[in-house]
Amino acid sequence: MRLPCPYCGDRDVSEFRYGGDASRQRPAHGAGSAKEWHDYYFVFDNPKGAHTEHWQHVLGCRQWFTLNRDTARNEILGGEE
Amino acid sequence: MAKGYSVFSLLKHALKPDSAWPQAWEKPQPRSSYDVVIIGGGGHGLATAYYLAKNHGITNVAVLERSYIGSGNAGRNTTIIRSNYMIGGNTNFFEFSLKLWEGLSHELNYNCMVSHRGQVVVAVSPVQMDVFARRGNIMRLNGIDAELLDRGETQKLLPYLDYSKEARFPVWGAIHQPRAGTARHDAMVWGYARAASQLGVHIIENCEVTGMVMDGNRVTGVETTRGRINAGKVGIAVAGHSSHVARMAGLKLPVESHILQAFVTEPVKPIVHHVVSWGAELFYLSQSDKGGLVFGGHIDGFNTYTQRGQFFKIRDVMECAVSLMPFMSRMRLLRHWGGIQDMTPDGSPFICRTPVDKLYLNGGWCYQGFKATPASGWTFAHTIAHDAEHDLNRDFTLDRFEKGGELDEFGIGNWTYKQ
Repeated sequence: MRLPCPYCGDRDVSEFRYGGDASRQRPAHGAGSAKEWHDYYFVFDNPKGAHTEHWQHVLGCRQWFTLNRDTARNEILGGEE
Repeated sequence: MAKGYSVFSLLKHALKPDSAWPQAWEKPQPRSSYDVVIIGGGGHGLATAYYLAKNHGITNVAVLERSYIGSGNAGRNTTIIRSNYMIGGNTNFFEFSLKLWEGLSHELNYNCMVSHRGQVVVAVSPVQMDVFARRGNIMRLNGIDAELLDRGETQKLLPYLDYSKEARFPVWGAIHQPRAGTARHDAMVWGYARAASQLGVHIIENCEVTGMVMDGNRVTGVETTRGRINAGKVGIAVAGHSSHVARMAGLKLPVESHILQAFVTEPVKPIVHHVVSWGAELFYLSQSDKGGLVFGGHIDGFNTYTQRGQFFKIRDVMECAVSLMPFMSRMRLLRHWGGIQDMTPDGSPFICRTPVDKLYLNGGWCYQGFKATPASGWTFAHTIAHDAEHDLNRDFTLDRFEKGGELDEFGIGNWTYKQ
């Protein structure tokens, strides 16, 4: 799988670090019930299909970015800044 | 239908080689309704159905498999059985599983080729020896066999490791569980299928569940590609697709689906006589009866439902192999494949009730599904039959993260990509 780094272009997945689901909202500091923190931290959408996620180009420009990937086919559905 | 295998049936077919062996399990048409429907015809689902019939007398059971029996992780694992766990909640469960493995071929009248060749985990630092000593002591306190080996004893058992001064990860010793070993994974899943079928369980292949039929907060059946099937109770045992199926009932799980790759080399003469694992990286290897070295490592590290692995992980695992066993640099890799497993935040499974009435979950098996199959089926059947967890799986609940009950055996779970 090759990932589109917004700065360096298409590179092999081995240059990147995966950062998890980008659609989740972290509860504000000091706010949120234990249940909200539990759901934020431990529960995953884990869809079979389109997934918005964080990646970091650790062995390149070290930039963090988000992209959409189809988890059923590992197809890149278009990156975002 | 095959009634039972014996030396006489073997002789009969040996003398008449053109006579077909009878079909191992029946292929019935699905009924419109069952007492219990198990989603997923892998080892765990079939074992559950078998023990529902055998231990609890519930025989009006269907196991729904979207493909064919043995097509999923039941045929994709590295076939290792062991019980070297040290956290309360895990230790006794996995030891019970190993004990069921010991009698499984007799129990199922099917040769599961259980081989107690022992597992040796190699330590690469003095600190790791301390950690292994602690693990071994806890295992022995629970009546499980474990022995600590020093460097010389390890060299006697595993003379092919890198004992040179230049070794990047020097061998300090090892922990050995003699009763651990391997089993034939296809035989296990076919054996459970045949034994369950003989007790009246319906095994429905090529039947994919597409939705749940709900009545308020209660599940009353499933929609499938072969029509609606009503059910008194529904059990989910679908490994990598746990989130996908649970979502049909409105549930979100503490689970992320990841690919784990496995590898086999060309067959060679016997050289590795144990299951060998490594303390420097997650790496585990055994030699199959055919002679190939079967091994695996970590997950690829991002969630996916494709069974195609990434090349960088193949390279990582080969580096582990050659670093631990230098002779492997001269071998050729024959095949590699991937299976999708449901990774949980603490690396431990779920066998439990769910917030939905009459819906039960067996999943989150991470790296350890195969060895757990017999005990998983045993305790999941108990949980479904009694609507309550068995003593052995009472800690494998969905709400353990809310309650501070994580079973953080190895501290890996699905977080490898965050380490």
